[in-house]
Amino acid sequence: MVPLWMYLMVAAGLFSIGLYGVLARRNAIAILMSIELMLNAVNINLVAFWRYQAPLALNGQAFAAFVFVVAAAEAAVGLALIITIYRRRQSVIAEDVDLLKW
Amino acid sequence: MDITVESIVFLIFGVLTLGSALLVVTTRNLFHGALYLMASLFGVAGLFVLLAAPFLAGVQVVVYIGAIAILIIFAIMLTPQVTAMRSVRTAQWPVAVAVAVIFFALLVSVVTPLMDELGVDDFAADFTQENPPDVPADSLVRLGEQLVDPQQFMLPFEVASVLLMAALIGAVLLVWPEGTRSTPPGEAGDD
Amino acid sequence: MSLNEWIFIGLFFALSWILPATPIVLGKILAPRRPNPVKHQVYECGVETFGDTRVQFRAQYYIFALVFVLFDVELVFLFPWALAYNQLGLFALFEMTVFIFLLVVALVYTWRKGALTWA
Repeated sequence: MVPLWMYLMVAAGLFSIGLYGVLARRNAIAILMSIELMLNAVNINLVAFWRYQAPLALNGQAFAAFVFVVAAAEAAVGLALIITIYRRRQSVIAEDVDLLKW
Repeated sequence: MDITVESIVFLIFGVLTLGSALLVVTTRNLFHGALYLMASLFGVAGLFVLLAAPFLAGVQVVVYIGAIAILIIFAIMLTPQVTAMRSVRTAQWPVAVAVAVIFFALLVSVVTPLMDELGVDDFAADFTQENPPDVPADSLVRLGEQLVDPQQFMLPFEVASVLLMAALIGAVLLVWPEGTRSTPPGEAGDD
Repeated sequence: MSLNEWIFIGLFFALSWILPATPIVLGKILAPRRPNPVKHQVYECGVETFGDTRVQFRAQYYIFALVFVLFDVELVFLFPWALAYNQLGLFALFEMTVFIFLLVVALVYTWRKGALTWA
């Protein structure tokens, strides 16, 4: 089989790409999509470690399933917030929502 | 590592995942970004298949590509961009590149056996396993048992449903009802 | 699990790309090309389009998608639970009832709020 560290490399790359997206994109929806990429990187790691280091236990799979739920909830509320902000300010640019900045 | 069918398939899905992810964070058109996101998620589903987790691969396709990506596309259509001429990146994007690259380098230095071979450090754990034992055939049944087992995942399982309920109610509360302010001046409010 | 079991899925996947691609490519190659303004209209026979493509959609689409997502995610737990159902006792049934009940509460909330009525 493909050695474990190659999966970890893919996950690391995916996470770093998501990190770049979160830090560099202006659009709040694009930031949310980058967060989804990062969550997926975590999921790859969970499943890869489960497969290679503890295939007889099931904690890795169960954890990944819960990550799905959290991702869905996060996307639902996050996008609803973005839609609400858009209605009030006609903008989804993260920098425009700076009321709490000092 | 010798070249097997599996390594080729791994390469295809890995490149698909990472390539599409790069396009997600760089493309100007957000709608295209969402489609690339779908491609990237599909690549991850392929990796799950290779990792002998076909159930998670199916869930990935049904939940992520079928539901969450659709949600994102709906949100994109609900927020038409009047300010499309502005740059898609913030002013500090070079810093973001630096942070991402440094973080990636850090992760790679821990993960690859390369550093060990070079003798640079010895803090890296051993991630070179190649042939783990097979996954038992009843793995999914046991997952179902453990999910409702009070000793295992019963509490997270029920909390997950509370989380989903709260997420739906919260999201509906935010989005509904659409008041008069929902329509920007000069744009038709209807479909 | 060996990869051999996935060969058929791979075949079907390849086929699902080839089948629609073939007529499109064939059409590009074989079709005579004599364009005129009428042919380039979006609807050759139908109502003329007006306005911008990216109009504001109604937020209700989003709410329907939300309800769909909620019950789609439920599948993650429902499927392994159903597979293990024969080995599980009454308590597991009770747990799943609580799980689904909470989701139905959210659905009822959405419904009572009037967000599911297409006005």
